[in-house]
Amino acid sequence: MAGQASQAIDKTELWSGGQSPFSVSYGKMMMWFFLVSDALTFSGLLVAYGYARHAYTAQWPIGEQVFHAMPFLHGHFPLLYVALMTFILIISSVTMVLAVEAGHRMDEKGVIKWLGLTIVGGFFFLGSQAWEWSHFIHGTPGYIVTPNNAQYYLVEEIPHGMTAADVEGFALIQGKGTENETTISGQQALDIYESHVQHVQGANLIINEYGPPQYGNFFFFITGFHGFHVFSGVIINIIIWSGVIRGVYRRRGHYEMIEKTGLYWHFVDLVWVFVFTFFYLI
Amino acid sequence: MERDDLIVNDSYSVAANHDEEHGKQIRKKIYFVTVLLSVITTAEVLLGVYIKQGTTWWTAVKMGFIIMTLVKAFYIVAVFMHLGDERKSLRYVIILPYAVFIIYLLFIGITESNYLNDVWRQFRP
Repeated sequence: MAGQASQAIDKTELWSGGQSPFSVSYGKMMMWFFLVSDALTFSGLLVAYGYARHAYTAQWPIGEQVFHAMPFLHGHFPLLYVALMTFILIISSVTMVLAVEAGHRMDEKGVIKWLGLTIVGGFFFLGSQAWEWSHFIHGTPGYIVTPNNAQYYLVEEIPHGMTAADVEGFALIQGKGTENETTISGQQALDIYESHVQHVQGANLIINEYGPPQYGNFFFFITGFHGFHVFSGVIINIIIWSGVIRGVYRRRGHYEMIEKTGLYWHFVDLVWVFVFTFFYLI
Repeated sequence: MERDDLIVNDSYSVAANHDEEHGKQIRKKIYFVTVLLSVITTAEVLLGVYIKQGTTWWTAVKMGFIIMTLVKAFYIVAVFMHLGDERKSLRYVIILPYAVFIIYLLFIGITESNYLNDVWRQFRP
């Protein structure tokens, strides 16, 4: 694995051309340089997020209170789904590094197996992210805003094609999350509902029910940009995988291409580790 | 111009090949890192679920999150991305410019957002 990086080279010859002072191939070095620039982009996004998070501490929502749903299950599972996504990505990173290791032994079958599993893991992650986006966009029943700018949370969603009067036991919650939280029901609740000027439900780029508009925007931009990286990573892995199956790298005598795509894939995992901490946990 | 960088001069790439015995050692290291990453992630999720924001322990937990994240990042970069096995010059070329810039960006981000937070508290109580 260390290759020539651990071999001694003549220092006087080092910078006079003919050999790489870093003892890596051109392609691998350029992949590293690209990753540094990409890491700077993601750091910029996360620092911008941290800036907004820190400047608006009081209004900013808390991750575990926003992300607590699981597909096919009802109930309260704070952060569990995001943890599952993190595990999927970590495991696909492990299969990738095993593919790189198999490549170094010229073990073609091993590379096909492990790289194939990496691709499967990538698809699982993308699917999870699509579900999470859908859930974030549709949201809970949400809240209504009345002309005097008061907020009332809906207890239940009003089904499509029905009015509030059709819902049995229609109720609103006033002052949610404060000490004087009260539930309003009956005719009073219906009157308040009739007067509403805005119904905020789920999230879009202008407003969201969870917190300041920036919160939704950062969610869409950071996880979207990361998801785009995962998507391109899966595509690149599929291309390289087909190359392995066709025997391109066997004929070349080394599987460095796996190592290069592996670098990119691990980087995607690395970014998610930071997104997980700074977006969901803190 | 003749390209001598991709396939023709692949001595560095070929030199990275290793035998079965060496591979066994590397796989052992990979499994160790896998367990470590899983354990840290589990600890993070449990802390995130059970310690509420704003309580006494929150600041310590927050620092713990950052340290655990950096530990995970170190192992991913050093072992999974093999940067730990590369030549020292390459390691520093990758890490140093990035670190210098990000430490500066963090400093300026935290300072400015602290100031803005104070302004919000004063004018919108």
